[in-house]
Amino acid sequence: MNKDILLCGVGGQGTVLASKLIASAAMLGGERVHSAETIGMAQRGGSVTSHVRIGEAYSPLIPFGSADMIMAFEPAEAVRNLCYLKKDGIVIVNSVPVKPVTESLHDTGYDGTEMISYLRKKCSNVIVVSAEEICEEFGSSKFFNVAILGVAVGSGKTGLSAENVMVEIESKIPERFRELNKKAFIKGMEIGEGYEAK
Amino acid sequence: MRKEYVMGNSAIALGALAAGVNLVSGYPGTPSSEIIETVGKYNNGSVHLEWSVNEKAAMEVAAGAAYAGARAMVTMKQVGLNVASDPLMSLAYVGVKGGMVIVSADDPGPISSQTEQDTRMFAEFARIPVFDPSSPEEAYIMIQDAFEYSEKYHTPVLFRPTTRVCHAYASIECEENPQPKRYEGFVKDSKKWVIFPKLSFMNHEMIEKRNPQIGNDFSKYKFNTVTGSGKKAVFASGISYAYVKEYLKDRQDVMLCRIATPYPFPEKLVLPVLEKAEEVLCVEELSPYVETHLQRIAGVHKLPVKVFGKSTGHGKLSGENSADYAAKIVGEFLGDKPSEDQIELSDMPQLPIRPPVLCAGCPHRASFYAVKKAMAGRKAYFCGDIGCYTLGNAMPLDMTDTCLCMGAGITMAQGLYHTDHDAVSFAFVGDSTFFASGMTGVVNAVYNEADMILCVLDNSTTAMTGHQPHPGTGRNMMGDIIEKVDIIKILEGIGVKKIEVVDPFELDKAVAVVKECAEIKGVKAIIFKSPCIAITKPSGKMNISEKCIGCKKCIKEIGCPAITFRDGKAEIDKSLCTGCGLCSSVCPVNAIGGDCNE
Ligand code: SF4
Ligand code: SF4
Repeated sequence: MNKDILLCGVGGQGTVLASKLIASAAMLGGERVHSAETIGMAQRGGSVTSHVRIGEAYSPLIPFGSADMIMAFEPAEAVRNLCYLKKDGIVIVNSVPVKPVTESLHDTGYDGTEMISYLRKKCSNVIVVSAEEICEEFGSSKFFNVAILGVAVGSGKTGLSAENVMVEIESKIPERFRELNKKAFIKGMEIGEGYEAK
Repeated sequence: MRKEYVMGNSAIALGALAAGVNLVSGYPGTPSSEIIETVGKYNNGSVHLEWSVNEKAAMEVAAGAAYAGARAMVTMKQVGLNVASDPLMSLAYVGVKGGMVIVSADDPGPISSQTEQDTRMFAEFARIPVFDPSSPEEAYIMIQDAFEYSEKYHTPVLFRPTTRVCHAYASIECEENPQPKRYEGFVKDSKKWVIFPKLSFMNHEMIEKRNPQIGNDFSKYKFNTVTGSGKKAVFASGISYAYVKEYLKDRQDVMLCRIATPYPFPEKLVLPVLEKAEEVLCVEELSPYVETHLQRIAGVHKLPVKVFGKSTGHGKLSGENSADYAAKIVGEFLGDKPSEDQIELSDMPQLPIRPPVLCAGCPHRASFYAVKKAMAGRKAYFCGDIGCYTLGNAMPLDMTDTCLCMGAGITMAQGLYHTDHDAVSFAFVGDSTFFASGMTGVVNAVYNEADMILCVLDNSTTAMTGHQPHPGTGRNMMGDIIEKVDIIKILEGIGVKKIEVVDPFELDKAVAVVKECAEIKGVKAIIFKSPCIAITKPSGKMNISEKCIGCKKCIKEIGCPAITFRDGKAEIDKSLCTGCGLCSSVCPVNAIGGDCNE
């Protein structure tokens, strides 16, 4: 199986954990995996990406036009990284924007909606989810990273088995957050499965 | 053997352990920091491991161990090598007994650095070998080879991964139970270990004769490879090799040459390629290093081959390469048809820019704000330094007028004072940077009678690079609890007469202290003490009530990323807010309240 998955968002949104779970679940399924993370200054509220490459790969970074899937934690970040997507690739995107401080200072009206419509115009496979809605019952959008992973796995486009992801959630997430993460993953799965059925 | 999925830096650490390393030292710096952290994770106490106070100290500690025949590794980022270059340059003449590997991680981009310097050039300058891995898998093996070569030729060797290798993850097969090497111990021999002009003269000649031999040796090294055939050749080094390989895959109609040891250059391996090829392209980052050597060899041997690269406009002059960029230039060089897999994006909407900012609740924001308020309407210079607090430059705080290199803020503030006695000169320095290279600057200020206010932003950690301990934290990398090195006592010892300690979140008090210090002559120090919020539990959450009049003062004054503006009112993002309370002291109508940590 060859799958390139790009995760993107804003520093602090938890993309790294989601990419670690994908990588380790894929390895549990016997795949070779390479990945690359943004570490350093950008982690303080800058744009961050994780490239996960399942199967044969030389470069740790996904070439443009090669990603099977983009998991975007923020609408503008999805657009920023759209160059990585294959023509028939799928985008899973959070509709809730993160406004940079500069934006709050000089309001340009950025609210993410323009980004979502652009994504819809450019790609045929887009799943839009709202972190606020999904995470309401968990009391914090901190669980969105595992929820969006659920959507991705549920959509059937990652080639990952849900059981393997569960095993990794079990082993990688500290006990006090584990149950809520599992719930968030299952909730995401249901949304993703709903998409596939359509 | 066991399988581990690790980042490049961890692969380097595990490789060093497999090589039986006895001592590891270093100073944190992106992208190198996780090497020492990984050694710490696997160390059972048999390896001496330390975060040294700076890179120069780290280099010298490692050199001492290598003199004794132990295997030593020292890690830093590329600009750290500048700090450590004094011992390195001399050490290259003296040589070592035990294997000594200096890991200096380069940062093309630059992604988290001040410079785009190239450690390969440094190796040539210092006349010592350098290894350039192209993947974590390779790094694991290559670092072990580096120790072997170091011992074989009694020379320290450089090992330079770049950010994309350091932070890439891959599976490696690693040694189950590596044992530290047995070593003889230091044997006195002043003819060998004491550097004098005569010794430098003799060893210089020895080194210049030896290096071409190492180059020949490297021509047979397993990671220097030539594959394929044809009239064109692509040369690549480091991560760029992985990018080129991603494009060429197993194509055989072009020669692909990987340079894993840029210095001494593997000339014997390369010469036949240059004789066969009509055109060659160099794909590399930072300096046109391989390119220059190819031009040189072609010139010496009067070969008609054309060498393309940065100097001919076939490579970026700055910034990092990527899989796409490599595909583009290699594709053009080979005359391939460009791929059409990409979505057409020329009509992309304008994207918000996201400069990095201080975390919500970061104590540095409060410290900067206190100084800004205290100095409102007065002429003042704000010299910054290297760390999270460099982000104090961002709007709306705008509190960093200069930033140059580690520790420079303290001394530059003095230079500014000597040119303008009317302004108040401030230097902001973090606790880790203070220990690394701030202390001597304070001595300089006292000795040379500068008027300045030193603001030590003491958050009890090395935050930017991932929260490493330092002399002031009371913990070290051997897991021992030690007596904290006390910044106040250091300043007292140096002779700073006015030293104040204040919690930056007690805003009124902090402002008063700054104002008071600004009236006093000489060197004053204010220690803003409050822990980094990324390693402390947030104490509460604030919220903004109906009373908010939408004046945006909280946003315009402090720029906390947890505060946004929606429908004419300010709003606090609960998942980001830490309850630091700074915003509430700014609001003119007291609309911000809640669970504050005061
Ligand atoms: S990591 Fe710590 S020091 Fe750095 S910006 Fe965040 S709170 Fe401030
Ligand atoms: S209390 Fe105010 S300034 Fe502090 S983190 Fe929360 S929103 Fe930001």
